[in-house]
Amino acid sequence: MLESLFPNVEMEDMLTATYETLYMTIISVAGTFILGLMLGLLLYLSSPGGLWQNRTLNMVTASTVNVLRAIPFIILILLLFPFTDFLVGTIRGPKAALPALIIGGAPFYARLVEIALKEVDKGVLEAAKAMGAKYRSIIFKVLLPESMPALISGITVTAIALIGYTAVAGAIGAGGLGDFAYFYGFQRSDWDVVLACTILIILIVFLFQFVGDSLSRRLDRR
Amino acid sequence: MISIKGLSKVFQTKDQAVTAVDNLDLTIEKGEIFGVIGYSGAGKSTFIRLLNRLEDPSAGSVVIDDRDVASLKKKELRLARQDIGMIFQHFNLLWSRTVHDNIAFPLEVAGVAKKERDQRVEELIELVGLAGRGQSYPSQLSGGQKQRVGIARALANKPKVLLCDEATSALDPETTDSILDLLVDINQKLNLTIVLITHEMHVIRKICHQVAVMEGGKIVEQGDVLDVFLHPQKKVTKRFVDQVMGDPEKENSLNLIHDTYKSDSILKLHFVGENTNQALISDISRKFNIDVNILHGKITQTQKGAYGTLFVQFSGEQNEIENVVGYIQSTTVEVEVNPSA
Ligand SMILES: Nc1ncnc2c1ncn2[C@@H]1O[C@H](COP(=O)(O)OP(=O)(O)OP(=O)(O)O)[C@@H](O)[C@H]1O
Ligand SMILES: [Mg+2]
Repeated sequence: MLESLFPNVEMEDMLTATYETLYMTIISVAGTFILGLMLGLLLYLSSPGGLWQNRTLNMVTASTVNVLRAIPFIILILLLFPFTDFLVGTIRGPKAALPALIIGGAPFYARLVEIALKEVDKGVLEAAKAMGAKYRSIIFKVLLPESMPALISGITVTAIALIGYTAVAGAIGAGGLGDFAYFYGFQRSDWDVVLACTILIILIVFLFQFVGDSLSRRLDRR
Repeated sequence: MISIKGLSKVFQTKDQAVTAVDNLDLTIEKGEIFGVIGYSGAGKSTFIRLLNRLEDPSAGSVVIDDRDVASLKKKELRLARQDIGMIFQHFNLLWSRTVHDNIAFPLEVAGVAKKERDQRVEELIELVGLAGRGQSYPSQLSGGQKQRVGIARALANKPKVLLCDEATSALDPETTDSILDLLVDINQKLNLTIVLITHEMHVIRKICHQVAVMEGGKIVEQGDVLDVFLHPQKKVTKRFVDQVMGDPEKENSLNLIHDTYKSDSILKLHFVGENTNQALISDISRKFNIDVNILHGKITQTQKGAYGTLFVQFSGEQNEIENVVGYIQSTTVEVEVNPSA
């Protein structure tokens, strides 16, 4: 049945492409989570009234984040070619897509982190201060746990954007389902291949959304 | 215990400087429950936040246990704060932690080892009457229970002082009373100094030993709760006292009493910090051959005894009534015959 619906789809190649997409997504989501969290914390803590209130630091971070977010992803990949080459040793394949994915995703996530942190109850922060908590305790025991559901929803949204980015990266040779759909489907006019890739990407998006939603819900004790 | 000198706090806003606390001097003794009462904007919250330096003072000193909080360095301040518990109007619990873990938080902050921490948390849960609720989340608790968690958390590091910022203002009257009872209980059990701020005279009346009335950043009146109840000097204070007592002289009921009853046998009895003469009425009706008719009044209990006014009518022989008046005069209850309307 599958044979007749998708006559041109080679199962093994398809699996490889799916694996590559998953690889790029998972690693870049992890990288984005860490880098975005750090940037978001920096934005929040250095803002006026924050724990590390610092005008210069806040302005530098905010501008970096804004500039990186303003660059269209496809251009960002091109701009990062020298950096990627230096870091990974090649500009082709799934691994080479990671720097661009993370640098593209982190500033976006950083803003979501900042919003999540701003939602933490000021009273609770004050209570922690009144107990004589160190900044480290306030960050790791109060700020992050109290904003965790929003941090998880934020990374879910970011992950889905990143899946889209992996397909874009595919168009310039990163591998994965986007690459496969373009070179093996579109250029050979094998539309069943394009369709199969699309279905697989949608399934991956649904998977991430489902995992993110249920995790966020489970953590929310409010 | 706590000695405050020349304490001021000025907030610089865009268009003006707001003096929230104005050159304040105050001494609070060890083991005392010290109440600060005032209307909204009087500077109460700012005052209490200056005590653990959640606000930096603009001038003056706050000495707690021979340590000037206002001049401590960052690290010293953190350690000093571990000796000062604080509870809040909106409880400020971490929703992401269970009751047990909320109470454990200040112990983690102070670096107490896990085993000791768990043991201490169990004691505290017991102390505040939440046994069996350790694994609940704050969202599963009532307001009163949340404040109990707040109190347990504030007591975790065995502080010498407990600061309460409107700790009962978000609670209904009954729950308020149970929380106030708990505060009195820990004050006695732990000989803990409590500073509490409120806008409800009921709270002052029920648990405080000393009271300070705050208005416009200044303390306008201060003293023993009973003295302040008895002889309120300032208009604000009178208004607060009336909050609890009502103002019997001002009420129409006194006219009504005079119209309804033969006026020459009406007596106004004033109970002032009474513990010994609370049975006065039954005493009189047993010792003298008269009937006692209670007309109107209000007696309330403070930490230093009963306080209030009672209007009564005596019916009987004229000279017997005079004997009764003489008898009352020999007690500490103040008496006035035929009070004017
Ligand atoms: N951070 C701030 N910046 C500027 N002004 C402030 C600040 N905090 C308090 N004030 C001002 O200081 C004064 C006293 O405020 P405070 O909160 O201490 O009053 P309060 O007695 O606690 O009142 P309430 O009963 O409403 O809580 C008010 O006029 C308030 O506007
Ligand atoms: Mg206040």
